[in-house]
Amino acid sequence: MTSGETTTAAGVSASMATSETRVEPRGAKPKSLSPARIGIYAFLIVAALFFLIPLYVMVVTSLKEMEEIRLGHLFNLPATWTLQPWVDAWLHACTGRDCFGLSPGFLNSVKITVPSVLISIGLASINGYALSFWRYRGANLLFGLLVFGAFVPYQVVVYPLIIALRDIGLFSTLIGIIAIHTIFGMPILTLLFRNFYAGLPIELFKAARVDGAGFWRVFFYIMVPMSVPITIVAVILQVTGIWNDFLFGIIFAGRPNWPMTVQLNNIVNTTQGTRLYNVNMAATILTAAVPLAIYFISGRWFVRGIAAGAVKG
Amino acid sequence: MAHVSVRDLDVAFGSLKVLHNLNIDVEEGEFLVLLGPSGCGKSTLLNSIAGLLDIVDGQIWIAGDNVTWKEPKDRHIGMVFQSYALYPRMTVEGNLSFGLKTARVAKDEIQRRINAAADLLQIQPLMKRRPFELSGGQRQRVAIGRALVRDVQVFLFDEPLSNLDAKLRTELRVELKKLHIKLGSTMIYVTHDQIEALTLADRIAVMHGGLIQQLATPKEIYRKPVNLFVAGFVGSPAMNFLEGRISKANGSVGMKLVDGTDVALAGYEFSGQPQDGQPAVLGVRPEQIELKGAPGPATLPVTVALIDPMGADSLLWGTVGKDTVSVRIGAEDTYQLGQSVKASFQPSMASLFDAESGNRL
Amino acid sequence: MIVVAVGVYVVGIAFTFYWSFTNSKIFPSFQLVGLAQYRRLWSSDRWLVAVNNIWFYGAMSIVSALVFGYLLAVFMDQRIRQEDLLRSIFLYPFAMSLIVTGLVWQWILDPNLGINETMHSLGWTSFHFSPLVDPDTAIYGLVVAAIWQGSGFTMAVLLSGLRGIDAEIWRAAKVDGIPTWRTYLFIALPMMRGAVATAFVFQAVGAVRVYDLIIAMTGGGPGISTNMPAVYVISMITSSQNAGQGMAAATMLLLPVIAIVGLFFFWQWWSERRETAR
Repeated sequence: MTSGETTTAAGVSASMATSETRVEPRGAKPKSLSPARIGIYAFLIVAALFFLIPLYVMVVTSLKEMEEIRLGHLFNLPATWTLQPWVDAWLHACTGRDCFGLSPGFLNSVKITVPSVLISIGLASINGYALSFWRYRGANLLFGLLVFGAFVPYQVVVYPLIIALRDIGLFSTLIGIIAIHTIFGMPILTLLFRNFYAGLPIELFKAARVDGAGFWRVFFYIMVPMSVPITIVAVILQVTGIWNDFLFGIIFAGRPNWPMTVQLNNIVNTTQGTRLYNVNMAATILTAAVPLAIYFISGRWFVRGIAAGAVKG
Repeated sequence: MAHVSVRDLDVAFGSLKVLHNLNIDVEEGEFLVLLGPSGCGKSTLLNSIAGLLDIVDGQIWIAGDNVTWKEPKDRHIGMVFQSYALYPRMTVEGNLSFGLKTARVAKDEIQRRINAAADLLQIQPLMKRRPFELSGGQRQRVAIGRALVRDVQVFLFDEPLSNLDAKLRTELRVELKKLHIKLGSTMIYVTHDQIEALTLADRIAVMHGGLIQQLATPKEIYRKPVNLFVAGFVGSPAMNFLEGRISKANGSVGMKLVDGTDVALAGYEFSGQPQDGQPAVLGVRPEQIELKGAPGPATLPVTVALIDPMGADSLLWGTVGKDTVSVRIGAEDTYQLGQSVKASFQPSMASLFDAESGNRL
Repeated sequence: MIVVAVGVYVVGIAFTFYWSFTNSKIFPSFQLVGLAQYRRLWSSDRWLVAVNNIWFYGAMSIVSALVFGYLLAVFMDQRIRQEDLLRSIFLYPFAMSLIVTGLVWQWILDPNLGINETMHSLGWTSFHFSPLVDPDTAIYGLVVAAIWQGSGFTMAVLLSGLRGIDAEIWRAAKVDGIPTWRTYLFIALPMMRGAVATAFVFQAVGAVRVYDLIIAMTGGGPGISTNMPAVYVISMITSSQNAGQGMAAATMLLLPVIAIVGLFFFWQWWSERRETAR
């Protein structure tokens, strides 16, 4: 294994330099594509396919004619390409009694999502800020309960909420569902903001206080400008969560306010008439479009958000 | 044979060349310290020897084997990291045995080696504890033990004391030195702390900008630094530097400082022939300047500016022309601020550098 | 502000709990009937099947998502060239509504439309793959969809846990001669308890409250074979118009959540105490 050389320490260098009669390893190790490396890429590619196939199927089917779909061949590219299913999904599909497609649902989803996101993030950031910097009595207890609330399944409190909203007169209204989303967003968002603020150096806060700033000044002038990264994460989480919601939508929004997800389910799971798979697929993609778009655009922040907010528990 | 040899080593990160054609030989049983500021390449060199970094060109020989293409585990090395990197979820015993178990060493052999290492390092009572239950010194010993049980021939240390407070650092430094005497193994140690280097090393390699500036014993480096960088980096408080020009007159060589003061340099060992008028820098260490007694062969006029009492002695700050100098004086000595004192030193103990190249004259 | 939110939860749970002891139908009644609702609950086939299902579905989907997620995280940690692209691919299901997920997988597993049909058209006429049609295997279809949805998230959490491990540990293991896979399994994973716990809790909570997926994919069928507690609760309140039953079921739903979350926090508190008491 070793080349022949003398074994005395002194003079070793000199003798080694002259005894190179065969190829000696030198410099960078030659990089071969080891089986391990190939295996890694193979696994990841197969996994990626597993994740991508549903998307591929959806897109491809939505661009086919119904005759072709009836023939089967789910994974083939369309023989004749058509955008008609998309138009139908958007404008003509039947969601129960009305046949106006998804477009009203889209509008509803927007009307529900935007205010809910704005209000819930606004409130949660104030709460998170209050919880991490201002110690008032019972703060820890409230926080503990709030965290617990983040994990409670919605079904547990749904019925009392139905009764409560009905009594207030907000059942089946736009305001009602906005209120619901705001309330249910509070636990996780407050947690997120609180963890974030807790990670900021407290000297900032103390310095501002020494300068004479009160609760609101510190918040608006110091905390808010620093909160950009976490706010982006919160926005992504909320928009995704609220847009994709189904349960609250179908219970609390009321028929004229049904969000896209509810409409989608109605379109697809109707028992009357023939199943227009291409229209259904197009409708599905349209419904998923907004959160997907946000996800792909913001990509890295989404991941950072999950990591930052979640790993701390 | 625990000789380590680095030949013509080139290391680059992307297009940035960090080590250029570096050559160094470590004798068997030697404690070699790689000393330098951050970014000088010392950690890069250590990691290249360990096999944790890809090199661009050159060879690494350890214990007679060409290990240039070998994995770290096949290089006969053990390594102690800055954070000690003990496996936090295992007991001390687990930490010591995990590598051996993976290599399918026999159970009784593992036990024998662990016992031997534990006796040597005195960590027997710690076997069942987890890393977070150990003190800094105990962790260091366990980290060394982890390398010891693998029967390695060379120990590599990557700034193991940098994370600790001053007192602990001094204690562990002493332990390390005792350990080296006991084990007699070859050790390569990286640090930016020149006191660690001076106390621990058999030889020091002072590094800067990816190059070895000087490779010599601590005494040699302290007494005869080979350039301005080494002179300024080693020694605390730092060496005093005075700028001026060489003046040759009547066969004797002296120096004319910037403000006109003449300093005699009789007794200084020049390595070559200095040119008259050559810009030069005179270096004198604070403890080499005498303020009391008869003025010696070379004198400097010092105006006292400040006195720093440091406990056992004091440091006097003064000016020579426009240069600032520091002088070690006794704790009881007193001087007036603004007082002019004639300071003297031995040119044979001083250092003279060419102002442009920085090299020793 | 917080008080309102917390109040909603506390009061809501309180009312749910209370009404589970009543004979409410569509509207709440305040007539207490003792444990009658609970007795009826536990003698109901639909409920028993649902409970069975949730345990099976929960265990399978959580464990699979964790294992698959960790495998993905480990492979992604190998300095892959297209890491960003791959991560986007693995995580995008998380951004999709469960309704969408359920529908898509329903189609893929449909005997006339999906994999089954494709295999037939390729010539394998003896191939049978239609899990959703058979009551015994329908739940596996749900599990696959759940893994598809959740593994990306688990991977993201575990990958960030991996990245949080001090680089020197990896180097020390390398010098010690420990093969990479062993390092991932025996050194890194035990160091990642926080991340693993987080991933587990999120998956578990999602599994307990699964509703949208069931509705979209199987509607609880065939028959009642894929019924789940959450579905049961909602259908009791809405279509069956038996709120009392729904409330009893809802209370039962809450118990495992309290248990899991409580355990999680207790474990966190306890391990923190151990670490600081040196």
